[in-house]
Amino acid sequence: MNKSKTTLLAAPYAVWSAGFVVIPLFIILFYGLTSENGGLSTGILQAAADPINQKALALSIVFSLIATLICLLIAYPLSLVLSALSGKAGRENTTFFTMLFILPMWINSLIRTIAWQNILERTGVINRFLNFAGLPELNIINKPPAIILGMVYDFLPFMILPIYNSILKINKDYIDAAKDLGANNIQTIFKVTLPLSLPGIIAGITMVFVPSLTTFVISDILGGGKILLVGNIVEQLFTLDNDWHAGSALSCVLMVFIIINILISELSERKDLSENSKGGIEL
Amino acid sequence: MAERLVELQNICKSFGNTQVLDDLNLYIRENEFLTLLGPSGCGKTTILRILGGFESPDSGHVMFHNKDITNLPPHSRELNTVFQKYALFPHMTIAENIAFGLKIKKKSESYIKDKISYALKLVNLDGFENRYPDSLSGGQQQRIAIARAIVNEPKMLLLDEPLGALDLKLRQDMQYELIRLKNELGITFLYVTHDQEEALTMSDTIVVMNQGYIQQIGTPKDIYDEPQNAFVADFIGDSNIIPGIMIHDKLVKILDANFDCVDTGFGENKPVDVVIRPEDVDLVEPEKGIITGTVTDVLFKGVHYEMCVMARDFEWIVQSTDSFPVDSKVGIWVDPFNIQIMHKPESEDEKAAVIDL
Repeated sequence: MNKSKTTLLAAPYAVWSAGFVVIPLFIILFYGLTSENGGLSTGILQAAADPINQKALALSIVFSLIATLICLLIAYPLSLVLSALSGKAGRENTTFFTMLFILPMWINSLIRTIAWQNILERTGVINRFLNFAGLPELNIINKPPAIILGMVYDFLPFMILPIYNSILKINKDYIDAAKDLGANNIQTIFKVTLPLSLPGIIAGITMVFVPSLTTFVISDILGGGKILLVGNIVEQLFTLDNDWHAGSALSCVLMVFIIINILISELSERKDLSENSKGGIEL
Repeated sequence: MAERLVELQNICKSFGNTQVLDDLNLYIRENEFLTLLGPSGCGKTTILRILGGFESPDSGHVMFHNKDITNLPPHSRELNTVFQKYALFPHMTIAENIAFGLKIKKKSESYIKDKISYALKLVNLDGFENRYPDSLSGGQQQRIAIARAIVNEPKMLLLDEPLGALDLKLRQDMQYELIRLKNELGITFLYVTHDQEEALTMSDTIVVMNQGYIQQIGTPKDIYDEPQNAFVADFIGDSNIIPGIMIHDKLVKILDANFDCVDTGFGENKPVDVVIRPEDVDLVEPEKGIITGTVTDVLFKGVHYEMCVMARDFEWIVQSTDSFPVDSKVGIWVDPFNIQIMHKPESEDEKAAVIDL
């Protein structure tokens, strides 16, 4: 295929990303940098300096970090087990295991989140069961643990898939070599599997951290509107206050954190690459 | 004779419905360079993986110094493997790769440092400590893989087609290097290859395998000069394998002509296979030959010419330093000493092995 044809095939994607990614970003930037009377404004700085925003942002970052960490701690061992299983069961069954993660993603995330609301409610499934068993009630709905639980549940597949893929891609010879040189299973995981699946871990972290940082649906439904994350404030500015300028300004602040996250993961991946291809220079 | 280091007893192994090894028995002596030689799928790599602990046999025992290690995991075995594709850890420097096994055994830092520089000297790669594996050539990576294995002072080194990915010149250099290493270290080498030249050059003992069965065990000279069946003869170098009839001791009838030979004990009028190496066929004046034929092809191979001679409906492969032009009539003569008589395949398995080649 020649070059002009390839370009032609990429055209729909170019139109899509221009229309739905690039232009909207510029519209947000435009609103963020201007005020209602059309002049330039310091809205972004004001948004960053507002104590309510700062508190919401800090809360968002803390919740997202906790959710990302929990996802990682669940996803990594699970990916190890699943890759071992699919190794034993053969290639054709790998699809089956992959389906297991993807299946929940086919249900609308809003519905899944509302389902959790019902499960966690004072009179929800869990508490009815605990009451029946004569145990103390679980009381986490409308509290931070419920929001973090929602984040973990919604975004866990995004952590599992890249990690599972990167573990599957590791050449079995490296694992055999480590064992041959005297490493037991645990030592092999920490010294060989983990470092070699680092690209998957980094991708997973970004894919869980960023949507957690920007969510407003999960905090709305499982936080009962009592806990404001930065996503909730942005949403309120646009819908309740109808203030596009303030909403865009706060979005820009949020964007800075997203860009920082992406830069960190890009850098660590590049460091990983250059380390592997580096010549005789000391680390 | 040195003591037996490793013994495989009645090993069976199948993958799915494919029986790879069937009741295999083999022992390896202390300080021996033993080569498992055979075409791909003959079970040689499976034997190596069973010894390394990466596969467990369906039945049978692996003995190491008379101790049963059949169920011992790889990390507890006193042997190390050099993998076919080197398997150097890409996220570690050369020094870290070599130190891997020693760090796990919690050796002191100074001990590890000494071992690294000793091993790098041994494989002629001083000063490569801080490089990463993918900045090294295939031959260099291979030598690091050997260094990484031997610093652990294994009783036995398993080498899985370690030279397969290297080019011809490098492969020849590495063969000398491996023989030198073996002599310097004084440990047992189990070498797996499908390259008969590698096997002949380096081994003390060659085990020729096909389809999970051992075809012949012997010194390189035994295997080359006295192949026990057509498979071995064909696999080790080029051969003319011709069906014949043993008239009586020291006389065999090939292509309706009587050839003197030195073999005895095959009985009278017994069908046999006759092996004549291409370099052992002498092309002479037509009237001086036992049979006559016509040259159909001449190839210049550097040290010798390789010719095809059609004689009595059989195409003989002949190697000689003298060439005869295409279409010329030649006589074929073979020194009785160079005629090797083999029994016809007896079992179906042996037969299958020959046909499959």
